Amino acid sequence: MQPLSITLPSDREIQVTRSFAAPADLVFDCWTIPALIRRWLGPADWVFITCEFDARVGGKYRFVTRGPDGFEMGSGGTITEFIRPEWMKSTELYDMDWTGGETINSNRFTEVDGITTSVLTVLYATREARDGARATPMAEGMEMGFKRLDELLENPPAY
Amino acid sequence: MLPSSSQLDLTFAALADPTRRAILARLAEGDATVNELVAPFDMSQPAISRHLKVLETAGLVSRRQDAQRRPVHIEALPLADAVGWLETYRKFWETSYERLDGLLAELQSFAPKSDQKN
Repeated sequence: MQPLSITLPSDREIQVTRSFAAPADLVFDCWTIPALIRRWLGPADWVFITCEFDARVGGKYRFVTRGPDGFEMGSGGTITEFIRPEWMKSTELYDMDWTGGETINSNRFTEVDGITTSVLTVLYATREARDGARATPMAEGMEMGFKRLDELLENPPAY
Repeated sequence: MLPSSSQLDLTFAALADPTRRAILARLAEGDATVNELVAPFDMSQPAISRHLKVLETAGLVSRRQDAQRRPVHIEALPLADAVGWLETYRKFWETSYERLDGLLAELQSFAPKSDQKN
């Protein structure tokens, strides 16, 4: 199986491609049925508090997950195109707006010989928004690392 | 160009040492010779040179071909990849999709053949 690949098809997009050893309808269901979504989306130590997905054109979805330190992250949007099991398009906005405005997410599922490839494309409002994502918990962790670096510069280690 | 996981391993291994991070912070302000880097650290020149070798192997610094001075130059791109948004993004989807592999295998172990579903 091909490993996950990430490309930047334009200056406002990120594209994530990955293949799965399963038929397209099964992979599609895992993306669109709440009982299945909550089983895999996100890191294993984050749990879903809310997982709603109204799988039809015009339907809304809403995800709220809680991290191991109690931090909660919410997002949601509207499904704008829905063709099971090959194509889905939706809007997405995080409660804390880490993505610099709404993104438009599309996912194309292509099955060949029982292997389904998902091509997820996220279109950001601006290039700056795509290249941002500096306020995520991960970025805060890096910020702490840089603060330690600053401290080191003030007090260089003696050996 | 996206970072490979081995490049990131090299980057993070190089960053794991406080002296090397301090060297990078100094170089972020501008190129410096080995002698200029030795001064603030209270370390021998061979010790600093060993740290520079690790940073150079990881692609985090390069030596300019400037006759005898050979100033050390910071290479921004691998650092940006290591601390950047793209790596966060990659980790999120790698983790999720590994879990999805497991779920799909579980579902298929119960489900009839796909052409009989629905």
